[in-house]
Amino acid sequence: MSIPLSWYLILAAALFCLGLYGVFSRKNAIAILLGIELMLNAVNINLVAFWRYLNPTQMAGQAFAVIVFAVAAAEVAVGLALIISVYRRRKTVVADEIDLMRW
Amino acid sequence: MTAEQIIFLLTGALVLGSAIMVVTVRNLLHAALWLVASLFGVAVLYAILQANFLAVVQVVVYIGAIAILFIFAVMLTRRELMEKGRQTRPNWWIPALLGLLLLTGLVLLILNIPGINRTAAALPVGLDTVQALGTALVSPDAYVLPFEVASVLMLAALVGAVYVATVDKK
Repeated sequence: MSIPLSWYLILAAALFCLGLYGVFSRKNAIAILLGIELMLNAVNINLVAFWRYLNPTQMAGQAFAVIVFAVAAAEVAVGLALIISVYRRRKTVVADEIDLMRW
Repeated sequence: MTAEQIIFLLTGALVLGSAIMVVTVRNLLHAALWLVASLFGVAVLYAILQANFLAVVQVVVYIGAIAILFIFAVMLTRRELMEKGRQTRPNWWIPALLGLLLLTGLVLLILNIPGINRTAAALPVGLDTVQALGTALVSPDAYVLPFEVASVLMLAALVGAVYVATVDKK
């Protein structure tokens, strides 16, 4: 294990920023969800790296990563169902045009 | 530079390169396939970190289920936006600037943490990480409550997704 911990943290930070850029710059609602997936993966890299480098006998980091997996799966299932439902009613997946709740 | 570091750098380049393609490529189907490449790189990182179970779960759940769901959703929605017009907002440079600022801030912050360049000690002899994770997830003095809450969340998401996506028969 000759890799410094900082390499993992910097990689995860770069991945998170790319996901953030994707969420804010894309028009298509599905592409926004793709960006969210990148951000969740960046968080998971950090959790697993801290588990490995700080205290491998304490499984908190991996357990939290498993919970993040479950939340990501739930989020994608509900998010894509919402997008498909909206597409069926309004014939659009552009996030700006789904403004029914804009006040 | 050791072999492990070279593998890490190659994997990191794969993850970040594919992530750049995910957020920039025009065709959303290609973006979903680039996401698969990026997630596979993350699975390799888990393997380097000796989190064996998570590496397998990453391939099975993320690549096998979530990425396929994305591809289905892209194919079920209209293709016009994909084929004509811009995919990004006209003021895309604001999020790009925001991301760069956040990245520089985070990198400066990370490099200033004392002891951040430590390398990992070898795993304790006889520690089976898969077994330890399984025990921790169902043990009452560890994480059984978050585990059960996650299963309730999955059930709620399942019922909710079916309800939301069902066609109204009116």
